[in-house]
Amino acid sequence: MILLATLFIPLLVAGIMMLIPAGQGKTHRMLAAVGTGAAFLVSLLLWFQFDSSNAAFQFVTDYPWIPSLDIGFRFGLDGMSVLLVLLTTFIMPIAALSSWGSVRDREKQYYIWMLILEFGMLGVFMSLDTFLFYVFWELVLIPMYFLIGIWGGKDRVYASIKFFIYTMAGSLLMLVAIIWLGTYAGSNGGGFTTDLQKLLAIGPNIALESQKWLFLAFALSFCIKVPVFPVHTWLPDAHTQAPTAGSVILAGVMLKMGTYGLIRFNLQLFPQSSLHYADIISILAVIGIIYGALLAMVQTDVKRLVAYSSVAHLGFVTLGIFSMTTEGVQGAVIQMVNHGLSTGMLFLLVGYIYDRRHTRQMSDFGGLARSMPVYATFFAIAVFASVGLPGLNGFVGEYLTLIGAFTSKHLSTTWFAILAASGVIFAAVYLLILFQRMFFGPITHSENEKGRIKDLSKLEIGILVPLVIFIVWIGVQPNTFLKVSEESSRAVVGVVEKLSGSTEYAAEVTERMTGNAVSTPVPQENQPIPAPGKVEQDISEVENNLKVSPPSTTVAPEGK
Amino acid sequence: MSETDFLAIAPITTVAAFSLIAMLVDAVVKKNTTVMQALSIIGLLAGIGVAVWTLPQDVSGFNGLVKGGGMSNLFDILFCAAGILTVLLAKEYLERLGGAFDEFYTLLLMSTSGAMLMAHSTNFITLFVGLELMSVCFYILAGFMRRQLRSNEAAVKYFLLGAFASGFLLYGMALIYGATTSTGADGILSGMSYTTIVANAAGTTMPLLFWAGVALMVVGLAFKVAAFPFHQWAPDVYEGAPTVVTGFMSTAGKAAAFSAFIIFINTIYSSGVEGIDRLQMVLAILAVGSMFIGNVTAIAQSNVKRMLAYSSVAHAGYMLIGLATGGADGSFGILYYLIAYLFMQIGAFAIVGILEKEEGRNLTFDDYKGLGKRRPGLAMMMAIFMFSLTGIPPFAGFFGKYQLFKAAIGADMTWLAICGVVASVISVWFYLGLVISMFFRDSEEREGTEPPLSGLSTAALAIAILGTLVIGFLPQVIYNLL
Repeated sequence: MILLATLFIPLLVAGIMMLIPAGQGKTHRMLAAVGTGAAFLVSLLLWFQFDSSNAAFQFVTDYPWIPSLDIGFRFGLDGMSVLLVLLTTFIMPIAALSSWGSVRDREKQYYIWMLILEFGMLGVFMSLDTFLFYVFWELVLIPMYFLIGIWGGKDRVYASIKFFIYTMAGSLLMLVAIIWLGTYAGSNGGGFTTDLQKLLAIGPNIALESQKWLFLAFALSFCIKVPVFPVHTWLPDAHTQAPTAGSVILAGVMLKMGTYGLIRFNLQLFPQSSLHYADIISILAVIGIIYGALLAMVQTDVKRLVAYSSVAHLGFVTLGIFSMTTEGVQGAVIQMVNHGLSTGMLFLLVGYIYDRRHTRQMSDFGGLARSMPVYATFFAIAVFASVGLPGLNGFVGEYLTLIGAFTSKHLSTTWFAILAASGVIFAAVYLLILFQRMFFGPITHSENEKGRIKDLSKLEIGILVPLVIFIVWIGVQPNTFLKVSEESSRAVVGVVEKLSGSTEYAAEVTERMTGNAVSTPVPQENQPIPAPGKVEQDISEVENNLKVSPPSTTVAPEGK
Repeated sequence: MSETDFLAIAPITTVAAFSLIAMLVDAVVKKNTTVMQALSIIGLLAGIGVAVWTLPQDVSGFNGLVKGGGMSNLFDILFCAAGILTVLLAKEYLERLGGAFDEFYTLLLMSTSGAMLMAHSTNFITLFVGLELMSVCFYILAGFMRRQLRSNEAAVKYFLLGAFASGFLLYGMALIYGATTSTGADGILSGMSYTTIVANAAGTTMPLLFWAGVALMVVGLAFKVAAFPFHQWAPDVYEGAPTVVTGFMSTAGKAAAFSAFIIFINTIYSSGVEGIDRLQMVLAILAVGSMFIGNVTAIAQSNVKRMLAYSSVAHAGYMLIGLATGGADGSFGILYYLIAYLFMQIGAFAIVGILEKEEGRNLTFDDYKGLGKRRPGLAMMMAIFMFSLTGIPPFAGFFGKYQLFKAAIGADMTWLAICGVVASVISVWFYLGLVISMFFRDSEEREGTEPPLSGLSTAALAIAILGTLVIGFLPQVIYNLL
């Protein structure tokens, strides 16, 4: 019930707002804040009630929708999705509040779209039914399209249609794959189904030849969303043209829908194909890390720079996922959260300066540290978090993904990890240059002088402080969050591990291991690698959890 | 006339009777549009009521001339619903643009009963009578704005090409009859019945004559559904005809042709005659051609009505997927898509009609600029119809496409589903182009120059929006009815 409450509160508030006349902008602003805030508070209950020692889906509900096709309103959370749900409900109030000062045109529509967007994104992370997942996945497009198209910058029309067509082109093939999967389940005795938990048991049995196509159909859709090189080109445009809150949501949450999909669907449904394509996707991820960083270095527009840095950061996440080690997946999950926090904060800060100066060109700034000391402090925190300074959140995620990529026996070379690590240095280069140009040196434009430009207001500081708290928290005590997703990550990796030992991959992997002595597993402090015997045992438990036992908590009886 | 005969045609008789009553009332009560409207709505509602009532009775009547119950009755409901929406929209439109003649309602009811007869037909004769009854009414309705050149042109074009198509259809029927029936056995009427044809064709290798007949019938019916390459008439007729009529023609007319198409094609499939796979391939090619040609040509249009016309060709293509796959899944997919299509297409044409001005002005993409600011409610509804036509959840169009693609994949024709999704991506361009015009671009026009919506139009739009929003949650209801 808490799960459904979290999901439907934003929609309910949006419904209420539709009934209130458009003239009352203040009411709409308040309602949006209350709605997103309420969703966050309710979702905290999810956090506290979540049993992190259990890898199975929890808070599961199952109401029939189209029983003849076994399509249902199935929702549930595991360790990974609970983190992402919390991230969503946490970012949304921030995004809503950050628009108070900057959005004055058609406020009613603006906040309604924002709440519908939250509804869609939560649905994506909560769905345990492929059909339902697809509906939410596409539903997210519409509000974002309007947010960019109506309240965006100069080239908003181009950016919004590009965003829409890219995403839709990818996801329609996923639709074909979803139907194919259901039909496959039907022709193998079980009857047509879109129930993810049933499909998770079926997926690995599909012949590799078909599985590869399914993998590619899903992966294309998710890779466009992440975005992985070379289908990333929509992102800089969409980010740059979107209104501040739109960028925060895009970077903070929407991109994670792609990486989440890669874990939930590609890795879990098609483990053999994931092994098959791990190298190719890792190459693309590494290219993304380096290429994104190089492009970020040459940007003169601050927002575009941050946008390209997203491409690089998400490369780490993708690499971590396809290392298919517990460390890598764990690192990917925590890095998703990190990126949401630190890049979201960077976009907020860029938005604040844009509201004041109506420019985002780096050359228009300089010396801001003297005239806006508070702003400079927050900017420094965001930059350091993004660079991956130990003690702040970015370090934890990048470190774990790199460890994962380095120790992974599924990737054919450790060069992925080595090259990716160089991306950390690049990040330091472009972000520190950015910071230096904006905040140090002489004040070149008189508008930037102390007194002429206002430092952050109380509301703005209030919006930023929660972000800083979590940035530091994850940096200092990552285990609070890592332990939540640990069992689920282990379960995902477990399935892959088991299959990598039992199929034709065994030979391939052995060959790699003998040919490549570097990639022996290195023990690591937070994530001790279990003894081989324990792995087997874990996997069988995991298998049982995935296949047989219906999750224990909150099964809705009235839905049956 | 036995009880089953009556049950089989009960919905048709109801609407046909009301059309005759309407004609008489129109002669007696001069120039009273309200009475005519009320009468048509009552008649169509009665048609829906009777169709619902006789729905569970799967019967065949008049020695195999017609059938009733199940899918046929669902089609009846669909035609009547389209009729009701059109009646609600017609008055305001016709009065404003100079075509307020009350014969409109009689013709509408007659064409509806013709469409219903097609959905019930299991015999070539009834199929043809239904088709002609519907088409002749459509020819007149297309030229209803008789003082407008465009409307006249549309009517003449539609009539000439439609007559040709009917010729093809008839010739096809004759050839099939010749190939399957030995003369003198049991009279012409029953010889033209689908059951006789199936019985004679079952499991055999039919001569070329038979396939020539099938091909000609496919041409005739493909013309009526406006499928590639027989779609050339559609844009001109759709553009020239009064917008309310276009909405009706492009939904009920298309649906009627599909209802007959489904019965005919599935009859051939079920006969197990040699060469079905080739027929499937031909239909698949028609589907792919319609989807791509329709959508690609629609991109180039600057007139919204023409854009919707070309895209309706593409929608015929999506539905042809269901014919190519055949079987219960395919038929259900078509029916479900048509229901979704009914609401979104009539809704879209309703808004086009509301915004249209004299002599076909105010119809281009440029004229829609800034609509999101001037009339936010109307623009938002139009946006919903556009998203639905594109096939984006949670709107009706997506669920329709899902059923069709599912049918294709279930029949091992995954490539057809892939063509379908690629075509859908192409359609994003022009459907969202309209949304862009409405919301993302501003016009110089002053705000508040538009007249308010009439109550009837509001009701029609409300029904259309409601349908577009909730259809996705109803498939199980329709499953259970079949």
